[in-house]
Amino acid sequence: MTEDPQQSGEVLLEAGGLHTFYGVSHILHGVDFSVRRGETIGLMGRNGMGKTTLLKTMLGLVRPREGQVKVRGIDMTQAATHAIARRGIAYVPEGRGIFPNLSVRENLVMAARAAVDGRREWDFGRVIATFPRLGERLGNGGAQLSGGEQQMLTIGRALMTNPDLLILDEATEGLAPLIAREIWSIIKTIRASGIATVIVDKNYAAVMALANRSVVLVKGRVVFSGASNELSENAELMQRFLGV
Amino acid sequence: MDFAFFLIQLLNGLQYGLLLFLVASGLTLIFGIMGIINLAHGSFYMVGAYLAWSLSAMTGSLTAAILLAIPLTVILGMGLERLLFRHLYQRDHLYQVLLTYGLILVFEELRSMIWGDDVHGVAVPELLNASIPLTDNLSYPVYRLAISGVCLLLAAALYFLIQKTRLGMMIRAGASNRDMVQSLGIDIKLIYTLVFALGIALAAFAGMINSPLSSVFPNMGSQVLIICFVVVVIGGIGSVKGAMAASLMIGLAETFGQVLVPEVAGTIVYVLMAIVLVWRPEGLFGKG
Repeated sequence: MTEDPQQSGEVLLEAGGLHTFYGVSHILHGVDFSVRRGETIGLMGRNGMGKTTLLKTMLGLVRPREGQVKVRGIDMTQAATHAIARRGIAYVPEGRGIFPNLSVRENLVMAARAAVDGRREWDFGRVIATFPRLGERLGNGGAQLSGGEQQMLTIGRALMTNPDLLILDEATEGLAPLIAREIWSIIKTIRASGIATVIVDKNYAAVMALANRSVVLVKGRVVFSGASNELSENAELMQRFLGV
Repeated sequence: MDFAFFLIQLLNGLQYGLLLFLVASGLTLIFGIMGIINLAHGSFYMVGAYLAWSLSAMTGSLTAAILLAIPLTVILGMGLERLLFRHLYQRDHLYQVLLTYGLILVFEELRSMIWGDDVHGVAVPELLNASIPLTDNLSYPVYRLAISGVCLLLAAALYFLIQKTRLGMMIRAGASNRDMVQSLGIDIKLIYTLVFALGIALAAFAGMINSPLSSVFPNMGSQVLIICFVVVVIGGIGSVKGAMAASLMIGLAETFGQVLVPEVAGTIVYVLMAIVLVWRPEGLFGKG
């Protein structure tokens, strides 16, 4: 991967100078972050460095004490999470977040929505074609699925909202290697369909192989933001920031 | 007990159970979906009954009164949710109990100021003021049958709404993961407002349609509230299906209890609740 191929694309999501606290704990220290249309960004860092907090702050699930979040150029720092999501941003959270009391079909159908511009490229049929395993389990409750199937359901449900940007937080965590490979292949398909993605995952090699750009957080600060190959080819940076 | 008498008690028990379901389904939905313990739920039953009485006195028709009162109770529910209940979703249940107990006192005081402390009767609509003869000397009021029919229709509509529609899926999803629902672009606050208003309107509607049978009197909400909490506990918190099963069970147990063992009739439902709690602490249809 070389330079960001989407430099001229519309900025979908932009955070500037974010300071986020949990109680008295200062988690994010002036974080800047942006995603352009069609771009794939690897958000990396060791555990507890603020990756999930950054995602939650940009999604309105946690309020920053300082800084700004813009979605498609509009200030949405104080906007409700659903309003941010409706501007084309979908979230696959750590821990999956399926609705165990709904069937697989219901998990998908309840989320269906057209894109911001009215497109409906992802519908029930396309999601089931992408995740055939889910098609065999439409009547099952969310809680009856395996870990891999639950992850597929969460990604499929996010796609039902026809997003322009898909944020994946630890999508392969806790999955068997074979299933994790399947998830990576699906992420590639999603990326190829033109949806911008932000990927948080402990498999740094896989993330950097996909991402145009990588951003590394250390103790709530951005310590690296640049082309993924600049990071992956620099053993000293990899060791210092990511411990690998 | 001959068959006609048994049939009358059976119909009475079912009618009482179905009416309880209208009130209890709202209570269990608000508790199960939003996590709110609403001690003031019975007060909305009372408000419904008083609205039916006062508006039917004004318009001369119970039907017209009900049609006018339903939107009023929906607005009341939405207003209270936005003004008060919304601030308590993330709070401990103790705050909810304190607020809703306070609301009971406020509603009783307002009722006393607006409508007074007398007992009032409400006339059965002319069209339904008839009886169906069962034997030479026993008959059954058409109005009671009509109430049961309306309750059954509403129960079916509620089941359809919750189980078969996208809104119902969103409501159920909201009960399991509020943040995730919002992350999918769904306005959970609006959904909570709608669920709360629906629950309140159902309780108030039950008070309206039952007003010709029960009369309208101070503190009538408290009696209903206690029995509805028993329904919710037996049926399982948050389960509409459970509320239906428990309502019918209690309706029949109380009605037949008053006929067969009047000395202990008042305790039957509580004994029933104790048995269910020992056998299935999560209730008949609870998730455990």
